[in-house]
Amino acid sequence: MFGVFCYYYSMAVIKVENISKHFGALKAVDDLSFEVQAGQVFGFLGQNGSGKSTTIRMLLSLIHPSSGNIELFGKSIQKNRDAILEQVGAIIERPDLYPYLSATEHLQLFAKVRKKKIEASNIQNTLEKVGLANRAKDKVQTFSLGMKQRLGIAIALVHNPSLIILDEPTNGLDPQGIADIRALIQHLAKEEGKTVFVSSHLLSEIEQVAHQILIIHQGKKMVEGVTKELLDPERRIVQIKTTNDELALANIMTGSFGKYVLPRKEGIHLKLPTIEIASLNESLVKAGVAVLGIETKNSLEDYFLQITSNA
Amino acid sequence: MWSLIQIELYKIFRRPRTYIAFGAIAALIVVIQLGLKIDGDAYAGFLMKDINDTLTVDGKVLNGYLICYILLQLLLVHVPLLVALIAADMISGEANLGTLRLLFSTPFSRTHWVLAKFIAASIYTILLLIWLAFLALFVSMWIFGTDDLFLMKSNYVVLIEQSDVLWRYVGAFVFASFSLLTVTSLGFLMSSLSSNSIGPIVGTMSAIVFFTILSTLNIPLFNLVKPYLFTTHMNNWKEFFDIKVNLDNEAIRGSILNIAKIKTSLMVLTLHIILFVTASVIIIKKKDILS
Repeated sequence: MFGVFCYYYSMAVIKVENISKHFGALKAVDDLSFEVQAGQVFGFLGQNGSGKSTTIRMLLSLIHPSSGNIELFGKSIQKNRDAILEQVGAIIERPDLYPYLSATEHLQLFAKVRKKKIEASNIQNTLEKVGLANRAKDKVQTFSLGMKQRLGIAIALVHNPSLIILDEPTNGLDPQGIADIRALIQHLAKEEGKTVFVSSHLLSEIEQVAHQILIIHQGKKMVEGVTKELLDPERRIVQIKTTNDELALANIMTGSFGKYVLPRKEGIHLKLPTIEIASLNESLVKAGVAVLGIETKNSLEDYFLQITSNA
Repeated sequence: MWSLIQIELYKIFRRPRTYIAFGAIAALIVVIQLGLKIDGDAYAGFLMKDINDTLTVDGKVLNGYLICYILLQLLLVHVPLLVALIAADMISGEANLGTLRLLFSTPFSRTHWVLAKFIAASIYTILLLIWLAFLALFVSMWIFGTDDLFLMKSNYVVLIEQSDVLWRYVGAFVFASFSLLTVTSLGFLMSSLSSNSIGPIVGTMSAIVFFTILSTLNIPLFNLVKPYLFTTHMNNWKEFFDIKVNLDNEAIRGSILNIAKIKTSLMVLTLHIILFVTASVIIIKKKDILS
């Protein structure tokens, strides 16, 4: 038992290796890699159209990757799809449901497609968990967008999965609803030991719940790291402008500043303690790089906003 | 697999649209039966006007069996269009609604889902046919009574004893189920190609109309492909009502004039069903679910 416990808590529940997805000439996801550890809340950030949903659909084998490999629970999703999806609950983009069925009927329907038997009491508990118990018998066509979103989450949770994938779960919710979902995500991770993969285009929604954050832009990974470190006010994101970026980057990568480099297509970006900015400048000058300017961003949020506003 | 079929049937029969076809068939049959009940003798007289001088027919010509034959001739051409309403919406309707991604992210393969959907659509089709049979045959028998079945073909007449008729209707309805299942599978194939509801329904109806026209046109070029078109074979249920005669030109009880034609048609229709469903499975398996 202890061995199994240790294995579970040390394994990557999601392991994505160099996945790409092309739709004709469009690269929706470009050479993306990341890992999500068991018991973690993983925030997947990016503006609309950045490739988040395409990535999530690949995780659920709804979209076939053009290249790369995806493992969930240590097994390839391509080869072990059915066994893996038994342990996964997901909502993908909009909460699209059957308008002519009630909330309870939806849960009964999706409980039926699970191999393990799901008790009626579990269905009731799940509806209570998402705050829909009082509308259990009502048809979905009478639901607001927020209520549909809650029901979508209930469908993802009804079979008690180990991994929960939530794509923009707070879309359409009012502030109280957003707070409820945030609390639910924290409860699922802390109290129930679930791994939660949650995507959003709003950093403010993710930063409060996620242990780890990955920012994706135009299908490419921009930033990945522990939320606390990324949002640490003592660490700044800086953009360095030089006369020779190639030489500057080579110098940074070979030195002690390499670990701070953020992947960007244009310019050199680093996230580093404020106190080290001067040392970085000095190091570059010593290496013969003419530094034209060091632009400091205030926070990860500024950086995220800059990425999204440039698009 | 059974649970998936149950889910699909549950969804089909919870949708109000499903009952349009049942209602339409009932309305049509009742109207025709009512018309024939009120003015049936005039209609029978019109049918027999060309042979009244040479042939005397005793008994009730306009009986439940003939009414059923008339109804099938009229309705079996149009029922495929009603079948297409459901079958062509089975996959594309869910893609349009956005629920396909929910189904396809469950621990059942897409092949399982596609087959479950096809089986559910087939059960709907069979139930529609049973409903048609009940109204057209049994209700007509109840309203108009039974007698020998007198049919006028293009250049001859067929007289089948009443005790020799019922099994022919059973055969005709079984054959018709193959015809309608071919339409179901065609609608299904169209459904797998699209992400909106209307396109596959219109596409299925257009394909049926197009191939029916090809099947009926007597042009040498088209005659080459006719044997391979499902529409050529869909109406061959009528072969159950062509009977063999002996040397004295007396009907041979329990016989079918051209049983080989029925077998060939069943084979062609079955091959079409297998082809359409297999193509649907392959298309869906390869498809990226973007809806």
